[in-house]
Amino acid sequence: CWAALCRRTGGRSSRPRVPGDAVPLALRDETKADDVIFPWFGLDIGGTLVKLVYFEPKDITAEEEEEEVENLKSIRKYLTSNVAYGSTGIRDVHLELKDLTLCGRKGNLHFIRFPTHDMPAFIQMGSEKHFSSLHTTLCATGGGAYKFEQDFRTMGDLQLCKLDELDCLIKGVLYIDSVGFNGRSECYYFENPTDAERCQKLPFNLENPYPLLLVNIGSGVSILAVYSKENYKRVTGTSLGGGTFFGLCCLLTGCSTFEEALEMASHGDSTKVDKLVRDIYGGDYERFGLPGWAVASSFGNMMSKEKRESVSKEDLARATLVTITNNIGSIARMCALNENINRVVFVGNFLRINTISMRLLAYALDYWSKGQLKALFLEHEGYFGAVGALLELLGSA
Amino acid sequence: MPMRPSKEWVAIKMAERGGRGSGGHGSLDKSITLPPDEIFRNLENAKRFAIDIGGSLTKLAYYSTVQHKVARVRSFDHSGKDIEHEPLYEISVQEEITARLHFIKFENTYIETCLDFIKDHLVNTETKVIKATGGGAYKFKDLIEKKLGLKVDKEDVMTCLIKGCNFVLKNIPHEVFAYQKDSDTEFRFQTNHPNIFPYLLVNIGSGVSIVKVETEDKFEWIGGSSIGGGTFWGLGALLTKTKKFDELLQLASKGQHTNVDMLVKDVYGGAYQTLGLSGNLIASSFGKSTTADKEFSKEDMAKSLLHMISNDIGQLACLYAKLHNLDKIYFGGFFIRGHPVTMRTITYSINFFSKGEVQALFLRHEGYLGAIGAFLKGAEQDNPNQYSWGENYAGSSGLMSTSPDVFPMQRTRSGTFDMFEMDRLERPLVNLPLLKDPSTYIPDTVDLTDDAMARKYWLTCFEEALDGVAKRAAASQPDSIDASERAEKFRQKYWNKLQTLRQQPFAYGTLTVRSLLDTREHCLNEFNFPDPYSKVKQKENGIALKCFQSVIESLDSLGWEERQFALVKGLLAGNVFDWGAKAVSDVLESEPQFGFEEAKSKLQERPWLEDSYSQWLERLKEGPPHKCALIFADNSGIDIILGVFPFVRELLSRGTEVILACNSGPALNDVTYSESLIVTERIAAMDPVIQSALREEKLLLVQTGSSSPCLDLSRLDKGLAVLVRERETDLVIIEGMGRAIHTNYYAALKCESLKLAVIKNSWLADRLGGKIFSVIFKYEVPCK
Repeated sequence: CWAALCRRTGGRSSRPRVPGDAVPLALRDETKADDVIFPWFGLDIGGTLVKLVYFEPKDITAEEEEEEVENLKSIRKYLTSNVAYGSTGIRDVHLELKDLTLCGRKGNLHFIRFPTHDMPAFIQMGSEKHFSSLHTTLCATGGGAYKFEQDFRTMGDLQLCKLDELDCLIKGVLYIDSVGFNGRSECYYFENPTDAERCQKLPFNLENPYPLLLVNIGSGVSILAVYSKENYKRVTGTSLGGGTFFGLCCLLTGCSTFEEALEMASHGDSTKVDKLVRDIYGGDYERFGLPGWAVASSFGNMMSKEKRESVSKEDLARATLVTITNNIGSIARMCALNENINRVVFVGNFLRINTISMRLLAYALDYWSKGQLKALFLEHEGYFGAVGALLELLGSA
Repeated sequence: MPMRPSKEWVAIKMAERGGRGSGGHGSLDKSITLPPDEIFRNLENAKRFAIDIGGSLTKLAYYSTVQHKVARVRSFDHSGKDIEHEPLYEISVQEEITARLHFIKFENTYIETCLDFIKDHLVNTETKVIKATGGGAYKFKDLIEKKLGLKVDKEDVMTCLIKGCNFVLKNIPHEVFAYQKDSDTEFRFQTNHPNIFPYLLVNIGSGVSIVKVETEDKFEWIGGSSIGGGTFWGLGALLTKTKKFDELLQLASKGQHTNVDMLVKDVYGGAYQTLGLSGNLIASSFGKSTTADKEFSKEDMAKSLLHMISNDIGQLACLYAKLHNLDKIYFGGFFIRGHPVTMRTITYSINFFSKGEVQALFLRHEGYLGAIGAFLKGAEQDNPNQYSWGENYAGSSGLMSTSPDVFPMQRTRSGTFDMFEMDRLERPLVNLPLLKDPSTYIPDTVDLTDDAMARKYWLTCFEEALDGVAKRAAASQPDSIDASERAEKFRQKYWNKLQTLRQQPFAYGTLTVRSLLDTREHCLNEFNFPDPYSKVKQKENGIALKCFQSVIESLDSLGWEERQFALVKGLLAGNVFDWGAKAVSDVLESEPQFGFEEAKSKLQERPWLEDSYSQWLERLKEGPPHKCALIFADNSGIDIILGVFPFVRELLSRGTEVILACNSGPALNDVTYSESLIVTERIAAMDPVIQSALREEKLLLVQTGSSSPCLDLSRLDKGLAVLVRERETDLVIIEGMGRAIHTNYYAALKCESLKLAVIKNSWLADRLGGKIFSVIFKYEVPCK
């Protein structure tokens, strides 16, 4: 039972940060799951997106139903009966985990996201729905847990329980992988990534996950080396992440959503924008064993005026995507070598609906490591921090 | 000082400059002229051409010989002559031919004009092939073959780069520097390490190549990145509509990246402190431009792009350095090429990602590496690697700051062309084997790049002395009809160098009194004034020799302890005479002995400014005689003859062998090796101690390999080093301001050493806390 696991580990490396002026959480009997008051939320407030997981109990007894306060009921109904909230909130229905048993309760886990800039509206809604009257603890991770803490307190009369980002991320990954994706495997990889014809997505068994390199691609990128549940370290990070792809695309193409940027990229040709090895050497650069198709200079063709005038927005979007993705692959590969780890798990919302990048990463890792490194991916891409926050709520209470 | 365009300057109108990176609206390049005859020097004897054509700059290399005058001294046959009234020896000026490497950098726009000029002036017809490297070699192949009638022989870019890099690392002092942010001196030059391998070379051209260099011939491409200079240029051009690389950098230097980048504090709010993170770290490059309805300034976007690319390269370089266990990374390529902005961001990134464990290093002649390498490939039969080479300060442009507010005129010129010349040294130079730690030895006492006050003083000092030096140079060749014309050219050239150094003290590495003196010597040589002091030295040597015997007699009449002190005082007093000023030579002529006594009375009384005489005396009294003493002599005349030789004689009498080291070539009135041979011969004729020591090879005369008034113990004649080892030298005596104060004052040796000098400059005396004619007597024993 994952809940038991939460209890065992929750107190150590990942005790929630309780601010000094906050009222300490009341001690509860850990074995009684229902002591954790509904609603169960986990929140991950990133630089660009807010990720919210919500556990919808499906085993509510008649007695409970009767006791359930009106506010709680309305929140449950609102979240589970809609797939979109406001103009920007979206529930990723395809990711929903059904019939999950969590701390003795059965229910469904919902995955919801909205842009971080709508955070004030979210807090406002919480305030209008009298969320604070439910006396629940709101566990939150990500930088925004710090940034918006004050707003939660003043606008929503809510005390956030702030949690460490990386703790939550790792907990979330391990948990979701362990429960599986509604009977399917959470983890997958691409077989024959260097062969476009034969390349296919296949499940991967992450039963013995350690050691692994965890690359979380959000607005920026964090790279963690994980040796066991509690033993991990942040190896490095890079500021060239999803935010860079989207930001540059906005500037270069005038697009306004991530989806739009990816859509454009899918129709573009990056080789018009990038200078390839063969553009310089006429073919492979044998002296260094560089294949002609390798990118020698990202955006290198754009030094020329004529070429700048002949590329399309789609080409530019594709080149941006390829540049950022290859760079992440390259840094991840070097970290894996330095840490002597051969499995690299890529997560984060940059990979959402982004097969181009996933295949590129799989290809790059395989090619440049001569098959020594394997790129792995997880279905719930960007939600692991939020899942980890929810687990902290249940485990540490 | 305004530039004086010579008559021969050929003004080449900038043609409509098409092609990439050279839009017509540049503010600086409308009316640039290129003076081919000023930059392609010594073409008559040129051979072994090599060319490196990059994206915007062409670098041409060739080997040539220069014929220049050297002063030679030759002993007369004195038998049956009235030696009282004859000069001591004969001075003749002879022509000598030495090898020189020329490297010229100019914009690709000029390539055709330059090739025409070379063709017209090329006399040597042996040359059949030109080595070519660089991305543009292919593009210009036909043009070169057509214009020069030479076959283009292509060489691998990276091989040339590495070859060139190894060559400058070995041969050019102060080639390497670290970039320092908030410092008065942006560039911190590094001491040449005796072993340059292994190192990492990160070449940032349009892409990035990371190469591990293990030995002269062994290197490996270990990785790279497509995010490089081309990304900055291409993406920058798209984002800002600015077409030129340099203009993009200028935009970047004015921008605020925080308007475009998402910082840690943007994600965490004000609470990032609690995490122990710096809020100013970039969380996501361009993370704030994720909106279609906001305008961002060109400057801000360019800055953000520069940070993004520099950080990324720095991070990858650190990861590779860590994987291969290397701590030195040299950066090169057009992205770096002397641009303070990129050097700053790359240095920051390396410091950040390596937590200070890896050092980002840059090269002064980075732009020439490919050309040097290609040249070396073509010159293998001349075996350039077996010689030592020295940078010719007179013929080299030096490192230019590309900072727009520095000396716009110079910047304009330097943006157009740049020159680098290296002279082949007659003899291979090596470290003095007695240096305590060759890798940390720094010859110079004061770093004038660092010390603005001292820099100002010395530059002014050299400026004020310049007219006098030019006059003396002219006067030294009374029979030459163009002497005064050449002296004026010398004056002008050195004056311009001094002005350059005022603006860019880092132009030739760390600025020091030594480099100022050496530059002056190079400029004098350039205009065929090989030895302006030859006549003065000849006269002073003759006069001093006449007094030798009486000085010896008076010393021999003293008791042991008194004599030791008199010897030291004599050594110091002799060192007062490094002028050749009229007043002094007058005194000397009438009453040389008196002049010597007069000088002694001018010396500071003990205790001296730096005074370890008692310890020295104690050592002589109590300790065994030294096995072998190495003495670096200073001036001609009284100094060497009445100061050094009596001291040498005493050492010999004690049973200590003596190696007397004098300069290979002339510098000021310093005694040269060939002069020392004649002087010694004459002394030997008068003195049995010297005579038998010479015969028994207990007194050995050697040359230093240097022509500088200062002394670099890391670049000495190989023969000297061999002898020092053979004779188990255990005492080093360094004499004079140039060798013991301006240089080597802090030099640590493995054996006992004496550093003696009289401070004949009131400013310097003041700085050291004394007065003019203060005495430095520094006896040092290495701690065991």
